[in-house]
Amino acid sequence: MFGLSQKDTKFLLIVVALTLLTPILLNPFPSESGLAQFNAGYPALMQRFAIYGLMAIGFNILFGLTGYLSFGHAAFLGVGSYAAVWMFKLLSMNVLPAIILATIVSGLFALVIGYISLRRSGIYFSILTLAFAEMSYRLAYSVFTPITNGETGLQLTLSDPRILDSAPEGGSLPVPTLFGLDMNASWTANVGPWDFTFNIGYYFCAVIAILGFYLSLRIFRSPFGMMLRAIKSNQTRMSYTGLNSRPYTLAAFVISGMYAGLAGGLLAAMDPLAGAERMQWTASGEVVLMTIMGGVGTLMGPVIGAGFIKYAENIFSKINESVLHGWFGWLPDGLEDIVVWFFARFVGEGWHLTLGLMFMIVVIALPGGLVEGGQRIARWVRRKSGRETAADETTKPAE
Amino acid sequence: MGILEVKGVNKRFGGLQALGDVNLSVQENTCHAIIGPNGAGKSTLLNVLVGKLIPDSGSVMFDGNSVLGRKPHEINQMGISRVFQTPEIFGDLTVIENVMIPCFAKRDGAFRMHAYETVAAEKDIREKAEAILEDVNMLDKLNMHAASMSRGDKRRLEMAMCLVQEPRLLLLDEPTAGMARADTEATIQLLKDIRVKRGLTMAIIEHDMNVVFSLAERITVLAQGTPLVEDTPDNIKGHPKVREAYLGEAQV
Repeated sequence: MFGLSQKDTKFLLIVVALTLLTPILLNPFPSESGLAQFNAGYPALMQRFAIYGLMAIGFNILFGLTGYLSFGHAAFLGVGSYAAVWMFKLLSMNVLPAIILATIVSGLFALVIGYISLRRSGIYFSILTLAFAEMSYRLAYSVFTPITNGETGLQLTLSDPRILDSAPEGGSLPVPTLFGLDMNASWTANVGPWDFTFNIGYYFCAVIAILGFYLSLRIFRSPFGMMLRAIKSNQTRMSYTGLNSRPYTLAAFVISGMYAGLAGGLLAAMDPLAGAERMQWTASGEVVLMTIMGGVGTLMGPVIGAGFIKYAENIFSKINESVLHGWFGWLPDGLEDIVVWFFARFVGEGWHLTLGLMFMIVVIALPGGLVEGGQRIARWVRRKSGRETAADETTKPAE
Repeated sequence: MGILEVKGVNKRFGGLQALGDVNLSVQENTCHAIIGPNGAGKSTLLNVLVGKLIPDSGSVMFDGNSVLGRKPHEINQMGISRVFQTPEIFGDLTVIENVMIPCFAKRDGAFRMHAYETVAAEKDIREKAEAILEDVNMLDKLNMHAASMSRGDKRRLEMAMCLVQEPRLLLLDEPTAGMARADTEATIQLLKDIRVKRGLTMAIIEHDMNVVFSLAERITVLAQGTPLVEDTPDNIKGHPKVREAYLGEAQV
């Protein structure tokens, strides 16, 4: 189905089901229970899962397949956001033109940066992309203030033309919509002690992310994808086989830049403002972390990595000392303070430390990322249940 | 007029004259060996032929077109394939993928944006790849990781990758270097079989005289960057200049 093999179709359908059920799956704890703070099923975070998952999928097409490590993908994210906000300001609050323009503009931007950066490979390529992204960031902050609104960031105002929309009522800023569906509209289902929030914005992002995932699956299975893997494997053989690797890498670079731009457009569609800090190198580094953590070159890995990092960023950082005191209140007083002090280093503002440790563990123990971890567990379980013969068949849907 | 015509090629690296006025003519459907002691310029000559090096002067014509100044992939698209001294294969890919890639290159040219098609649907390409793998006796290794194979298998795979493109000229750089006796014999037989089956023009650089005399119809002897003689194997065997070049080397 969909031009995919049976195995891939099954895989895709599982991904679709998981994505659509996310609001339920990420809220496993009743809202009144003490564990409710580990629930991730609120709209803003779910949107970020989908958006950064999409960006990581695109990044993986470049890094996972060709092995070219770009350290400047945040630039495309930022450009996409600016383009989308400008569309909201000038044309309409409808999100479709905004994300389409975001994708096109970032694609063109990626074409220019890629054309220059891809003259080098390896570390030099990484440094070039990093330099371009930092340049974009600095320029957005200063010289391009008329376009980017500098430090304040680009925002909507009541005086924007918005030529396709009628004037907003009541003097409040309009919100992004999809043909009348408000992006921030939510519907909450109360099932017993559980609350599940279904948000229009999340589902919009989810549908786009699924389309992005499907496209990446097609690329992975295509002759083009095979050429990209060949580039990673041996460029000498590539050229002596009559293949010009430059246009292949450039195409991969532009495609992944467009994914990042689309993700940036979606960020703006969920919250219509764009700031220069979105282009900073730390943001570029984050998508690299996501991809490596989840599993470079696997289909599902980058999405898992993105979810993992965004979860850590939003959930661990919310746990502060008073929460810890609540947990360890049963300990004797002196000991309680020591334990709380110790764990407080890893949560709240210290969540980066937890992330760093996790990253080290993954890189050292599981070079294939979390996906490899999952595969190992699956193989182990299967061996336990004595069905070893089928092992190789099903463990590698993400290949 | 040969399919490959090298005329007056010079190449200098600093103070070293690597190639001095080299003339070479490879006739269609023959196997032409280039032999010579270490440092004679054999590899330099080969690198000039595939576009890796540009000579200081001279001309290299392939089937009436100059190859000079063209990139390696363009020269391959003209019909010249090369087997390397240490096998250059796509180690991260499977054997069948390794052979399918040259098929795509032959059919679709140096670049094509076939991102929305599937490899699985390319039945013709797969059949072609399987046919050549059958010729080199590797059908049982189709889904093996290329990097995990033995050196001999890698070499056979690389040869299959070149042959599947049906090159008009196949360049072999010491195809049996470092091989065991039995593997060398097998490679000679393989090349002979393929020549009978598909007809092929080859230029081969080789140290192993056994290989050279079993395959070649013409031999050029290179010494210090200059061709000493060019003749048939029988005449080369007893040629005094050749003995001198080789014995000279042995005495050092």
